[in-house]
Amino acid sequence: MGNRILIVGGGLAGTIIANGLCRQLGTQLRKGDISITMLGTSDKHLYQPGLLYVPFGKIRETELFRDQRKVLDKRVPYHIDPATNIDVDAKKVTTQSGKVHEYDYLVIATGSRLMLQNIPGMEEGAHWFYDLDGARKMRDALNEFDGGKIIVNVNVPHKCPVAPLEITFMLYDYLASKGVMDKTEITYTYPIGRLHALEPLAEWAKPAMDQNGIKYETFFNTKEVDPAAKTITSEEGETLDYDLLVTIPPHNGAEVITDSGLGDGGWVPTDRNKLLREGSSDVFVCGDTTNIPISKAGSTAHFEADTIVDNLVSLMTEGRWARDYDGKVFCFVETGMSTGTYVWFNYTTPPNPGAPSQMIHWFKLAYNRLYWLSARGLL
Amino acid sequence: MELIATLKLIEIGDEIEVLSTDKGTAADVPEWVAKVGHEMVEVVDHGDHWSVVVRKAK
Repeated sequence: MGNRILIVGGGLAGTIIANGLCRQLGTQLRKGDISITMLGTSDKHLYQPGLLYVPFGKIRETELFRDQRKVLDKRVPYHIDPATNIDVDAKKVTTQSGKVHEYDYLVIATGSRLMLQNIPGMEEGAHWFYDLDGARKMRDALNEFDGGKIIVNVNVPHKCPVAPLEITFMLYDYLASKGVMDKTEITYTYPIGRLHALEPLAEWAKPAMDQNGIKYETFFNTKEVDPAAKTITSEEGETLDYDLLVTIPPHNGAEVITDSGLGDGGWVPTDRNKLLREGSSDVFVCGDTTNIPISKAGSTAHFEADTIVDNLVSLMTEGRWARDYDGKVFCFVETGMSTGTYVWFNYTTPPNPGAPSQMIHWFKLAYNRLYWLSARGLL
Repeated sequence: MELIATLKLIEIGDEIEVLSTDKGTAADVPEWVAKVGHEMVEVVDHGDHWSVVVRKAK
């Protein structure tokens, strides 16, 4: 097996893998025995979970970004030249500029993207916080909001599965402290027959919503939004009025995945333990890009990336696998503007959310800065 | 959730099989399928997991 590692994607997954490999393969890199190259789409690295705080003015926007070249180990050439075709048979990746990168090992970490356009009227009628522009507009809308009906509308598939609960409880606290909660009705809609895909979280969320008078509609899969009438209608036949619609948009994987025939919806069929593309022995898949039915979240990407680093190093230096990925995910859950809890789970252990506390909320605020150590492969 | 996401990616008339260890799935999926207008093909209890097959109808 050769020695050229190509990482497609400059988000958290790809960055942890690149930095982690550099830490373990320093000698080989110095001698030129191996090479690690990354292809990305931007010179900036965005701390995506920080977007949750933007609508409430609770994070400085400068804290959300770092230069990707500074986050990435200097030994990894970083090309802002997005992949346009991935040929796993010929073992080469073509980029927007027309360059062709050959590889011996490939890591696909191209992430996911918002697909607001998949729901008629959504882009015009809704607010969201899953990108910076949307989060800024939602902040402005909240500034002006002085009471009425708010709908928090959840669509599938989406990344950061606890964010819909977080934004709901944070909205409640924010509006209560603004003094308009008594004139406000919050309704949370969810696609399946309970309040969260993870059953223990659904069971935890229900009494918390009941206690605060937050309403909910389950089995609500959005069909369309009418921005003029300010209504949202579900495939199941329900129509709700709103004054402010906050949506968790549906997502797809990257276009290059579908264009290359690597997976419907941009999700690559992936072995859940080895994190290899199904049918390949030299193509790893990490983060949102996999089709594994677990949370699409930075935490998932982090623990998957750690596993891939150990396995790639072991395969290249000793010709053996180091370990399996066990499905580990850890997520903080903000339960308002001043309390939080957390969940951790894996393929065999369901989550068990504890009582919210102020300390965990503060820990989450600390992690908002510690994230950069994760990206560097230190935490 | 995976079923709903996958139904968006397949053609009308295609069938999808969900394998789940969550017994709630065997009850929830038929309820939702009836509500939204797809077709249930079968629900089979394999002891340690459930197999639920749905046909996309719209």
